[in-house]
Amino acid sequence: MYRYDEFDADFVRDRVARFRSQVDRRISGALTEDEFKPLRLQNGVYLQLHAYMLRVAVPYGTLNSAQMRQLAMIAERWDKGYGHFTTRQNIQFNWPTLKDIPDILDALADVGMHCIQTSGNCIRNITADHFAGAADDEIDDPRPTAELLRQWSTDHPEFAYLPRKFKIAITGSPNDRAVTKAHDIGLRMVRNDAGEPGYEVIVGGGLGRTPMVGKVIRDFLPKGHLLPYVEAILRVYNLLGRRDNKYKARIKILVHEAGLEDIRAQVEADFAHQMAAEGGPMVAPDADEVARIAGYFTPPAWDDLPEEDAGYMAARAADPVFRAWTDVNLAAHRRPGYAIATISLKPIGAAPGDASAEQMRVIADLAETYGHDEIRVSHEQNVVLPHVRKRDLPAVHRRLREAGLATANVGLISDIIACPGMDYCALATARSIPIAQDIAQHFSDPDYARTIGEMKIKISGCINACGHHHVAHIGILGLDRAGRENYQITLGGDHTETLAIGERAGPGFDADQVVPAIERLVDAYLALRDGPEETFLMALRRLGIAPFKVALYKDGEHDRAA
Amino acid sequence: MAKPFRPKIVSANDLLSGDVVYLDRAGTWTRRLDAAAVAETPGAAEDLLAVAATQPDQVVGPYLADVARPHAGSPPLPTHLRERIRDRGPSTRPDLGRQADLADDPGSLFAGDGI
Repeated sequence: MYRYDEFDADFVRDRVARFRSQVDRRISGALTEDEFKPLRLQNGVYLQLHAYMLRVAVPYGTLNSAQMRQLAMIAERWDKGYGHFTTRQNIQFNWPTLKDIPDILDALADVGMHCIQTSGNCIRNITADHFAGAADDEIDDPRPTAELLRQWSTDHPEFAYLPRKFKIAITGSPNDRAVTKAHDIGLRMVRNDAGEPGYEVIVGGGLGRTPMVGKVIRDFLPKGHLLPYVEAILRVYNLLGRRDNKYKARIKILVHEAGLEDIRAQVEADFAHQMAAEGGPMVAPDADEVARIAGYFTPPAWDDLPEEDAGYMAARAADPVFRAWTDVNLAAHRRPGYAIATISLKPIGAAPGDASAEQMRVIADLAETYGHDEIRVSHEQNVVLPHVRKRDLPAVHRRLREAGLATANVGLISDIIACPGMDYCALATARSIPIAQDIAQHFSDPDYARTIGEMKIKISGCINACGHHHVAHIGILGLDRAGRENYQITLGGDHTETLAIGERAGPGFDADQVVPAIERLVDAYLALRDGPEETFLMALRRLGIAPFKVALYKDGEHDRAA
Repeated sequence: MAKPFRPKIVSANDLLSGDVVYLDRAGTWTRRLDAAAVAETPGAAEDLLAVAATQPDQVVGPYLADVARPHAGSPPLPTHLRERIRDRGPSTRPDLGRQADLADDPGSLFAGDGI
């Protein structure tokens, strides 16, 4: 993985020193809150319901064991002993005090981490496929591109005050695990007819109060042209994006209102202007720099192994709990004898995405001992060990069980994305975590969950949609109706390469009616599906939303819904 | 028709710790909701907010929040779940927030509901 050079390290230390001075001046009264707020937001410091919240960037969701251990140390020393992994592949601490935050930032800098551009109207943390460099369906590793974009976007002087925040995601696989079509810019690594590597560039996707599916602005962009092209998109957005209304300020609104063709023409004109500059585009990196970055992402020293391992197979045969975990939580690795292991941060009844300091240390130990020192954070709020020898999986699973981290539910009904909701977030209109906990408890029988099969439930506690409810098979949106929590249900969303926005089913439900509502939907699906191979989403697409709405509101249940 | 006035308190977050705090009758900040000064009229509410505004380096974001008083002179109770959660702590983590220090049942999340 990428390691800071002297420039990176000095830059981060300088920012910490500057922020320490800003905090001192705020505490002394030399800075007002109005003056201080944009400064703290530029360093990832929010003020939530109960306390400050610090959002730490995890670039493209990649960590090593030393970084994970440092996060554990921070959780114990300056927070309440846990952290919350987010849908942006970041981690948030919910309880730091203002005066401690500069010390936390110094501790992060010790392991090459920071909180820069995790908030504010700037280019946010670049997200990527959490299976990057390991997946067997990968065309190209997206991490060097993500790192190039990280370096280009960090403190970019032209784009420090955009009309609104700006999110970029990249996938190197045709199976999109990075939700690229729901980002301001989505990049899909492809090859053209000549076999040359490049990108399909998608623009104007997003969730929030106005969900939009991203549109292809360039079918094929040669790899070396990425930065000038992305710079052209940002420049057009920076000039034309609305600044009079924050709810219409994202690039998705600009693309929607101006039209894709108009935006494309302006982007291409700016891009052509850059390409025609004497000496080439200013932002195009030279080959040495590209090679330097790529060098950090060479595959680990994998062993030459047979595809199957006798010990692993024997453990599967002997231990049904282990077998269930391997059936559900493993993904195919590109290398024979290896697997990608997802560690579910959705133990039944726990807050989705939360991990204790002790659990973080266990994950770090496992990565160091069995996983080539690599850890990934997924946008689905789980943690991934991307390179594990199959023969080591029984030992990994044993340790995970001891730590309460061996829940076999990845991709199943209890693997729920949930934002922090009104238990923490100052913007939320309803709670998310208790709804997720109730659903997970209700469907806690692992056999029943596997019978239901692939199911994506995602919960947002407000219209800003941090819980990605729009792209859930079953989406749940918490709202405030006259002081009471009320939950709208959407059906048929899809977060993959066939991204779709879910359709609102009808009137919302009181909190205690959400689980019965989900149960009616599941019962209807099991009754209507062609067979176990037909997932909930497939059945819904075949049958349409109507029979599911009938099930949801049958027997006058809608009369009880608000 | 104008909505009837509901009693109000001033709440904010402590600048240094971020803790939820309330303006008390002495014009200082307390972590105890039951010690908050209650404004029974719109004018009194504006006066409380004006007092809070004189202390910008102690707290962040002071605002008026509705409360209920079941009986004359009884301690204020939040009327909205959001304020109840701010007062006590996350509903899913009774070990965190002010509720962790309370002797009463942390499960009684929303005593102000319906008042």
